[in-house]
Amino acid sequence: MLRVGVVTFPGSNCESETLRAIARVGAEPVELWHQDSGLKGVDVVILPGGFSYGDYLRSGAIARFSPIMDAVRDHAADGGGVIGICNGFQILCEAGLLPGALVRNGGLHYVSRPVDVRIERSDSICTRAYHEGDVIRIPVAHGDGRFVASPEELAAIEDGNQVVLRYAGGRMLDAEGNPNEATADIAGICNAAGTVVGMMPHPERLAHPALGSEAGIGVFQSLVLSPAPAA
Amino acid sequence: MKTYRVHVRVMPRAGLLDPAGQAVEHALTALGFAGASNVHLGKAIALDLEGANEADAVARARAMCERLLANPVTEDFTVEVAA
Repeated sequence: MLRVGVVTFPGSNCESETLRAIARVGAEPVELWHQDSGLKGVDVVILPGGFSYGDYLRSGAIARFSPIMDAVRDHAADGGGVIGICNGFQILCEAGLLPGALVRNGGLHYVSRPVDVRIERSDSICTRAYHEGDVIRIPVAHGDGRFVASPEELAAIEDGNQVVLRYAGGRMLDAEGNPNEATADIAGICNAAGTVVGMMPHPERLAHPALGSEAGIGVFQSLVLSPAPAA
Repeated sequence: MKTYRVHVRVMPRAGLLDPAGQAVEHALTALGFAGASNVHLGKAIALDLEGANEADAVARARAMCERLLANPVTEDFTVEVAA
């Protein structure tokens, strides 16, 4: 059975929703702690949302030096799956596991609402359950979600087909497009191999029919569909 | 070893949209302070740092900036040292 770990940092949120979503798709959820030095042998590790270390200095800047991050870095280098959701995405960028950075939303406001995002590639570890071009409606909740990168990095991201999710709004009044003025409407990116993925939206928050939608469950189903990791 | 007072200034990289700076600029204009432009918000970080000499303290402070205090993708920094 695929084992998927979720790291709790001081200030994490939605880690329990993430663990439940993992169990719902038939994988084994494993709780991990930021001070752990190992990953308990999990196949995939998820860094959840929240406000680790109070977002002091910059979002994700302190969490990136947590003891567990050395193991996360090694896991990624070995081709293991790593997913960062919201604050987890910010941590992956700060750690240099993904290119670019996430800065204050263009409008300065904290944004908490549903957004439509388009699946730009369906071969990353967490988008295999979708088709390229699918649009799903899942929530965002962040203050520092505007993706930026240098022109060279941005060209490399686009040329390498590393954009996984783009804001695709304009389809309903309360879910207009790009909520944070992210460059090129980027909502999620991956490394070249598609094994390390970061996204600003929260798929785990809409991953059960009781919540009115399970548009986000595909992110977790994808993990089960993915080929077994080499590690 | 001497102890130096280090002042680090971290600013958003020139050319990057700085919505916080723009908001302050608008507020200054609204308050009647005419002629304020190009407003940017950054961070000031002060610390005491031991070093063999000033150049050593500066080098270590710059290393701190590169690894933690500034984000190399979005921010620039300056380091000033006083004995």
